[in-house]
Amino acid sequence: MPDTDPKPAVRLAGVRRGFRAGKRVVTALDGITAEAARGAVTGLVGPDGAGKTTLMRLIAGLLRPDAGRIEVLGIDVARDPLSVQARLGYMPQRFGLYEDLSVAENLDLYADLQGVPPDRRPERYAELLHMTGLGPFTGRMAGRLSGGMKQKLGLACTLVHPPDLLLLDEPTVGVDPVSRRDLWQIIDHLTREAQVTVLFSTAYLDEAERCDSVMLIHEGRLLGHGPPGQFTAEMAGRSFFATASLGRRRLQACLAAVPGVIDAVIQGSRVRVVTAEAEPPVAAGLVVEAPDLVLTPTPPRFEDSFVARLRARDGLVPPAALTPALPLAGEGGVRVPGMSRAASPQPSPASGRGGVAGDVIAVAHLTRRFGAFVAVDDVSFTVARGEIFGLLGANGAGKSTTFRMLCGLLPPNSGTLRVAGFDLRTAAAPARGRIGYMAQKFSLYGDLSVAQNLRFFSSAYRLTGARQRARIAWAEAEFELGPMRDATARDLPLGFKQRLALACALMHEPDILFLDEPTSGVDPLARREFWRRINTLAEQGVTVLVTTHFMEEAEYCDRLVIMAQGAVLAAGEPEAIKQGARTAARPDPTMEDAFIAVIEAAPASARAA
Amino acid sequence: MNTVALRRLSGLLRKESLQIWRDPSALAIAFVLPAVLLLIFGYGVSLDARNVPIALVVQQPSALAASFTSQFARSPFFRPRRFLTIQDAEQAMTAQQVQGIVWLPSDFTRRAEAGGNSPIGVIVNGVDANDARIVEGYVQQVWAAWLTARAQLAGGRAPLPLSVQPQVRFNPAVDSRDYLVPGLIAVIMTLTGALLTALVIAREWERGTMEALMVTRVTMREILLAKLIPYFVLGMGGMAASVAIAVFLFGVPLEGSVWVLTAASGLFMLTALGMGLVISSVARNQFVAGQIAIITTFLPAFLLSGFVFDINSMPRVVQVITHIVAARYFVAILQSVFLAGNVWSVILPNAFALAVMAAIFLGLARAITHKRLD
Repeated sequence: MPDTDPKPAVRLAGVRRGFRAGKRVVTALDGITAEAARGAVTGLVGPDGAGKTTLMRLIAGLLRPDAGRIEVLGIDVARDPLSVQARLGYMPQRFGLYEDLSVAENLDLYADLQGVPPDRRPERYAELLHMTGLGPFTGRMAGRLSGGMKQKLGLACTLVHPPDLLLLDEPTVGVDPVSRRDLWQIIDHLTREAQVTVLFSTAYLDEAERCDSVMLIHEGRLLGHGPPGQFTAEMAGRSFFATASLGRRRLQACLAAVPGVIDAVIQGSRVRVVTAEAEPPVAAGLVVEAPDLVLTPTPPRFEDSFVARLRARDGLVPPAALTPALPLAGEGGVRVPGMSRAASPQPSPASGRGGVAGDVIAVAHLTRRFGAFVAVDDVSFTVARGEIFGLLGANGAGKSTTFRMLCGLLPPNSGTLRVAGFDLRTAAAPARGRIGYMAQKFSLYGDLSVAQNLRFFSSAYRLTGARQRARIAWAEAEFELGPMRDATARDLPLGFKQRLALACALMHEPDILFLDEPTSGVDPLARREFWRRINTLAEQGVTVLVTTHFMEEAEYCDRLVIMAQGAVLAAGEPEAIKQGARTAARPDPTMEDAFIAVIEAAPASARAA
Repeated sequence: MNTVALRRLSGLLRKESLQIWRDPSALAIAFVLPAVLLLIFGYGVSLDARNVPIALVVQQPSALAASFTSQFARSPFFRPRRFLTIQDAEQAMTAQQVQGIVWLPSDFTRRAEAGGNSPIGVIVNGVDANDARIVEGYVQQVWAAWLTARAQLAGGRAPLPLSVQPQVRFNPAVDSRDYLVPGLIAVIMTLTGALLTALVIAREWERGTMEALMVTRVTMREILLAKLIPYFVLGMGGMAASVAIAVFLFGVPLEGSVWVLTAASGLFMLTALGMGLVISSVARNQFVAGQIAIITTFLPAFLLSGFVFDINSMPRVVQVITHIVAARYFVAILQSVFLAGNVWSVILPNAFALAVMAAIFLGLARAITHKRLD
């Protein structure tokens, strides 16, 4: 059906929707009014818990709004959900593929459900299989496809009958960058060639820039609506790269405290700064500790605009208010007496990199098999004291398996593992006593209060008496949990939950902190705050190991390895890995570009993602 | 239903069949679970008394007394022990060494030969009421059998007045397994039917496939039908296997017609699947669905269907409650079809009740499942 209707594909007017959680009513969406144009890609952008999925489900007619009106393709969804669904393709966050059906059987099922006549199927299948690159795998069970291929098959199933409107709920979460790029190519192709209207939700802010139009949602409210260029245009002339001889973490902390700077994040060896005003700041004298500071203008990003809006909404709380509770040490190696553990005068992580004596984690030729499947294949790396080290890879790359072996929860088939000086094969328990672990999902007791959680975890780490009380008091002060101490953990805002989780992981003053995707899907301010704390800990000599599929988190690492199919494909400092992907056409590659380059350079066996 | 809708339904049916075939859990629930439960209950639960230790006290031995007591020695139900005095026997019973005492008083022979009523004393240990009643019944049977045999020996007419003449109908072997196993089939099929549908739908919610299904053109009626039809077939397969085990392994007689059995089972299977559908609309994960299925279908069927515990001896309130337990009607039909034959006065009202219940549950399932997530 040619779509020449000038009316918008989706029209939202004052949409409001709440959910009952126990006795409370949580407002998921609070008065959203917006439109999505036909034939365009509209991005529904926002952190986890913003209300994106709820909005998708409302548009698909799976939920009814408490108030407001939703028109999809000119039809009132609340009144006639079936006719909307007949013209809709919807791919939920976890697309329901039937894992014990083959690729072809899944396609057949959705073709039956969407009423595609049998004679039109061969042509359509051929087209979809070509587009998704699934052609060679039609006989394979869906459950045995990789994460990226599953997403593509899900997309193919939704597209069996060409829809007028395609709803994609976070299709790129946890998908490796290569598949992510493929998915975007498919989406571009669809809007260009088939004039499909696409509504695409994502928590990755960099994806906003690929959309024709963006709805920026945060905590159920619309923070902004328009083409991404409009968001970045507001930020023109306000973003800079700062370089100085001062260590990057110290530089970042100093810049963040400068009035008029609304954002300062580490990117590679530099610090990216965003100012409140468009007037270019004078570099000289901006940071007392860095007289050689140089500011180079850089094009604004979508994220800058999100940060600016959040700061504006919060009454422009200057980052100075977030000054670490503990004084920062310079990277020169001044130790901080903040934590009671004796801070050994070892060389600081940045300079002591590769130092044999300082290696807190040493992994050599680590291999783990599950039956015939090799989950971790000959992985070796070392992490120095006070270093932030990243394991970067898509879901299924072997990160979690490596992690479990490092925690002593899973024995390796071969290879050696030393953590905090203990061989994990023989002394897993003492090694575990030196490790703090923060899981990706909220893994505290939701029914207990903040104080009860702290007390429980401190006693689980065998803290008693005065020491326990001191640590709890420390946690409440350090993480500003005092005012919330009697609140039930489940009801805490996302940022507080994360702080509490980190506090619990730190109760026993571990030497090593394991973080599993700590800030994926978190809003940019909360992410900055979290990493500020992690940086402080690293400065104090805590070794931090991060697993992530989130390119942005990789930027915070001192060093990282890129994993795929259980093997390490690249290792080094983020900047060095990025430079490896530098080409004439791409003078300043992102971490994602680098990741794709590394994967594509790897032998085909490692690329079957 | 037009061709497009039919194609949707056939697509869903094909998907469901492939899943059943490839994922062993559904087959396990349909076939392995009933078989295992039947074997456990069939071999483990028996209300028969066998080799019950019993005390025999014969105060004045005689040929007549010996011919009577030899009946006990030959009976498979008893393991007799002889005591000289009633006091010794009572002591043994107090010590739980025997379950009952059969006492032939000193005037037993004299009174029997005189043609009068010759009394025997029977003392039963009532601690286990069920056992006690069984022992009592068996002793009476032995007694009656002996009297009849003697009468025949004496030439036709019974010289002795018969005080008891128990006659067991519909279960000539008086084997408790014969009436437990048909009832058990009803209980097991309640669980299987409800569990099958509740679990497979909860699984679709868990894996996110339900959300994807809902946004296609498929209607809720088609989704429900696509669950009902394959699992009906599967459940009936399990039913057939259970009947086969009952008849061929446990040797339970099947007096009535197979067709009546099939029709009644079909009605009952619809009821059980309907219950499963209702549960699945409430429980969206497999664990909760399984728990609800066991608590709301299996336990009532076990306790309130009358398969072990006689409904007539329940308190009035509980008797009223049993009317909403579908298994109750099916147990009645099964016990009649297996042990008595096609007794229409039993089958028809119970089948009608099952049909009503099936309609209620399926209608309820249709009414409360919406094509929405809230």
